Amino acid sequence: MKRWLIQHREASADALRRLAATPLNTLLGALVLGIAMALPAGGEMLLTNLLDLARYSATTPQLSVFMTLDAGKKEAAEAEARLRKHPLVRNVRLVPREEALRKLKTSEGLGDVIDSLGRNPFPDAFIVVPRAESPEELESMRADFAKFNKVEHVQLDSAWVKKLNALLRLARFTIILLAGLLGVALVAVTFNTIRLQILTRSAEVEVARLLGATDSFIRRPLYYFGALQGLAGGVVAWLLVFAAALLLKGPVGELAALYGLEFSLSALPLAESLLLLGAAILLGWLGAWLSLRQNLRAGETA
Amino acid sequence: MIQFEQVSKRFPGGIEALAALNFTIEAGELIVLSGRSGAGKTTLLKLIPAIERPTHGSVTVNGQNVAALKRAGVPFLRRKLGLVFQDQKLLFDRNVFDNVMLPLAIAGESPREAARRVRAALDKVGLLEREKAMPIALSGGEQQRLAIARAVVNRPAILIADEPTAHLDDDYARDIAGMFRSFNQVGVTVIVATHHDALFAPFMTRRLTLEQGRLV
Repeated sequence: MKRWLIQHREASADALRRLAATPLNTLLGALVLGIAMALPAGGEMLLTNLLDLARYSATTPQLSVFMTLDAGKKEAAEAEARLRKHPLVRNVRLVPREEALRKLKTSEGLGDVIDSLGRNPFPDAFIVVPRAESPEELESMRADFAKFNKVEHVQLDSAWVKKLNALLRLARFTIILLAGLLGVALVAVTFNTIRLQILTRSAEVEVARLLGATDSFIRRPLYYFGALQGLAGGVVAWLLVFAAALLLKGPVGELAALYGLEFSLSALPLAESLLLLGAAILLGWLGAWLSLRQNLRAGETA
Repeated sequence: MIQFEQVSKRFPGGIEALAALNFTIEAGELIVLSGRSGAGKTTLLKLIPAIERPTHGSVTVNGQNVAALKRAGVPFLRRKLGLVFQDQKLLFDRNVFDNVMLPLAIAGESPREAARRVRAALDKVGLLEREKAMPIALSGGEQQRLAIARAVVNRPAILIADEPTAHLDDDYARDIAGMFRSFNQVGVTVIVATHHDALFAPFMTRRLTLEQGRLV
């Protein structure tokens, strides 16, 4: 056990020494890996922020129920009673057609237009706050209400959230695809680095084998090399995303304010950061594994 | 300690390097292996640490038939042997100290204990003052002594050297021969393949002479 620990410490120290011995190569390698990983990581950061935004803006979905224009007060009262009895309804507010007209008249510039119409173009309407949140339940409510007597149209006000969510799902899929592709690139880069390392070390590998080194002894520092290079790339990616978040914070805040939204861009949270670094290490290790399998012959006795 | 039974080695292409060798080396011997270039000395020595495998026969080291040893067992066999190679196989990208350190790092020795043993080995071959030097900066004789220090740092019971005095002038060669003698005096079994029979003759226990792959 003690020997095992010593060997791992020596192997990781050896890998670090070799990375430090060629600082320019190490730096360039880390940059290549970092930029490759920063693309999906940055996309994920933006997406996470957008999801937060969508969640805050759509906490309470609403249904607007419009009566037909010829519906009278009696039909409206009937519909209201039925709405209130519906098990999924939390709250119903009547917006009488007169109130709707008055509201619009006070809006800038529209007063004259409304006056020229001669009659009230608005129907009575209800704003219904549901207990349900799932899209399926909301959809079934919409269908129920549409069947009521003298109901012209039921509008699900969270429809835009649905569309946004669909869009975001698409974005997430794209990011996963991108991450997969760039992950392959990362493995390929590490594969090549380790191949070069094996070539540089061929004398050492030969001598070590002659002196009784096991395959694990020879491979161990190279696994560490791949994993450490991956980690360095992960750190670069994290810094890039962090810097981008910092730079975008101001402009995005201003944009959000224009739309009346309380929104501030945040960098990758801890869990995602750890995931990024973990994936970077794992991919580096995988590249090393593939390269060692391919390029370090284990067969011969010498 | 080492036993060859009906050992022959044929290389691809039908060249027979060794044919039907039978001999036993007892613990504590100092064996000189002589013969012309191409007589099979190097091949014979390579069979002991399983660098080469015999085509027929068995090579027994410490009761273990290394001819049939599984690949995974080979490293542990080699760690018990001290090997001085014909071409020395020093690593020129690291200093004297780190060259001698390699076998101990392979064995997973703790760095503190390893450093102590490296210095002890360097002291024995008279290179203690040069531990920071790079091998390229050493003379031929010093490089050979470095190779010997690396071979003995694991305190092997068997020391195998292939032409350790080649390319050295007489004084250096005598120096090296004396070192093998002193290792033998403390109980190490030594096998030396050499052209310099005369250097080792005064203290060898036996001479094995190869001629075209056969003992004569």
